[in-house]
Amino acid sequence: MLLSLFGAIESGIIYGIMALGVYLTFRVLDFPDLTVDGSFVTGAGVAAISIVNGVSPIVATMLAIIAGFIAGCITGLLHTKGKINALLSGILMMIALYSINLRIMASPTVSLLGESTIFRQLQPLWSAVGLDSFFNGILQLFGADRVPSTWVIVFFMIVVVLIIKFLTDYFLKTEVGLALRATGDNKRMIRSFSANTDNLIIVGVGISNAMVALSGALIAQHGGFADVQMGIGMIVIGLASVIIGEALFGKKTIAIATIAVIGGAVIYRIVVTLALRVDFLETGDMKLITAVLVIVALVAPKIMNARKEQKRRLRKRAELSTQIEEAS
Amino acid sequence: MLNLSNISITFNEGTPDEKKALQRINLELKQGEFVTVIGSNGAGKSTLMNVISGNLAPDVGDVSIANNKVTFLPEYKRSTMIGRVFQDPMAGTAPSMTIEENLAMAYSRNKKRKLKLGVSKKRKEYFREYLTTLNLGLEDRLNAKVGLLSGGERQALSLLMATFTEPNILLLDEHTAALDPSRAELITKITQDVVQKFGLTTLMVTHNMQQALDLGNRLIMMDKGQIILDINGDKKQQLTIEDLLQEFKRIRGEQFESDRAVLG
Ligand SMILES: Nc1ncnc2c1ncn2[C@@H]1O[C@H](COP(=O)(O)OP(=O)(O)OP(=O)(O)O)[C@@H](O)[C@H]1O
Ligand SMILES: [Mg+2]
Repeated sequence: MLLSLFGAIESGIIYGIMALGVYLTFRVLDFPDLTVDGSFVTGAGVAAISIVNGVSPIVATMLAIIAGFIAGCITGLLHTKGKINALLSGILMMIALYSINLRIMASPTVSLLGESTIFRQLQPLWSAVGLDSFFNGILQLFGADRVPSTWVIVFFMIVVVLIIKFLTDYFLKTEVGLALRATGDNKRMIRSFSANTDNLIIVGVGISNAMVALSGALIAQHGGFADVQMGIGMIVIGLASVIIGEALFGKKTIAIATIAVIGGAVIYRIVVTLALRVDFLETGDMKLITAVLVIVALVAPKIMNARKEQKRRLRKRAELSTQIEEAS
Repeated sequence: MLNLSNISITFNEGTPDEKKALQRINLELKQGEFVTVIGSNGAGKSTLMNVISGNLAPDVGDVSIANNKVTFLPEYKRSTMIGRVFQDPMAGTAPSMTIEENLAMAYSRNKKRKLKLGVSKKRKEYFREYLTTLNLGLEDRLNAKVGLLSGGERQALSLLMATFTEPNILLLDEHTAALDPSRAELITKITQDVVQKFGLTTLMVTHNMQQALDLGNRLIMMDKGQIILDINGDKKQQLTIEDLLQEFKRIRGEQFESDRAVLG
């Protein structure tokens, strides 16, 4: 139980980077980008095949980021220059990437068994610090009998995801970032202030898919393999993370929204992990669970708000009638 | 400053919906000229604005700004030189962004956008100071989302955003039409002040004849895609609404009665 939860948090943080990418397109750019299912695998595949061929894991991960960026830019180009509907541009790119990913990987799966990965490279450094025994000691104090073998992934990923979060926050406040947000908000307006909305969309979708590919590259190194099917339904998971995060933690400012999205990704993983431990649910039910989760996250806040409003009104009415009674 | 030569544009050519929106328009605006534009619905006023801003390309004819031919320059490039306020108060601002962020975007209009903070401390002070000139209290709401502002407040902000980089040309398309009379008056007043302060070369479309007479130093009347009247200087000062109606009747006698309602 504890171990599977720990694993859920680990991968949840990695998926958080993907969710940030989805946030950038769906929320900031108002561009429903479905490239994600493909570009996630592109990231995983490029990283895996590079590592297998002896490229250092860091460089392999960088290559994955670049590949994702290019894929996103092409989707953006299809939409802006080719004037293809946003959804369709993403879908076209997604299916094109399926074949491209197969070519990149040369086989449907690439195993990283026994290969070096970013996490394995960090392991010796981390062990030298000796924090594992410290944290595990705490867990044991609370009565855990089986403890995680290492905390390096969680810590490294928290650092990475926070760096990306803060960079995103900053970027969205720069002059270019403001123009990017306005492109998603009011294209006509920002064009009348001399911003090239086409280029902003292309770069924005590119950056988003670079994040998605980075997430894919890290998931491959975390799980020890890349599979051409691993991206199926990824966009829904990304959206689920965004929606759950916003519902739970709010979206008042960009800084809050970005951390909420990452939190959403972690919570999504935890809920799915817990759900799969329920006896009558099977692995195949995961998509159904996801759909239900998203529906709850979308509907629950509305119901809660409506109830609050109703209570407020009832209270006002009660106040008024007592006033009238007192007066008479 | 602005030169339109022989501009024509026809929509849906060769179909039953064919519409000659602009027909051989020639217009020259000198630096600092403030022109009010009147004309009935469908006369081509907005089309003219769109051709100048680069939103529409003319079928024939050329647009020059400050002696540079810009006919085929895309809108986003041309807008370094053109400030614009639309009729719809929603159109000129980004609703989900804050007042200061909107101002920052307008501030970057004629500069290259970089990867540095849009709202720096220094700029914030500048924006605050600048907003006080509106007397709407917006300077205390720099962090409020623009979507929360009223139509009048938004239009005042749009006007400020359109003008404070001192564009070569200011285009106003019925920018007070969606406001209540007192707000419309306020925005008109601000318009007058700003145009005067920077000496902006301005084209302002309005359906309010009195306003068209009171503001600016030149008046043009459009009908069926043509400029049918162009009056400036002293002659404009002495012009009355009755004169305008008479003039219109003389030129377009037959359908005057149907248009009288629209123009008035
Ligand atoms: N994109 C377009 N496609 C087809 N026809 C158009 C288009 N834009 C404008 N028109 C037509 O061109 C004519 C001129 O329109 P325009 O919007 O310039 O009029 P206007 O003078 O601004 O009128 P109003 O006072 O109602 O704003 C109208 O008959 C309009 O239907
Ligand atoms: Mg119009």
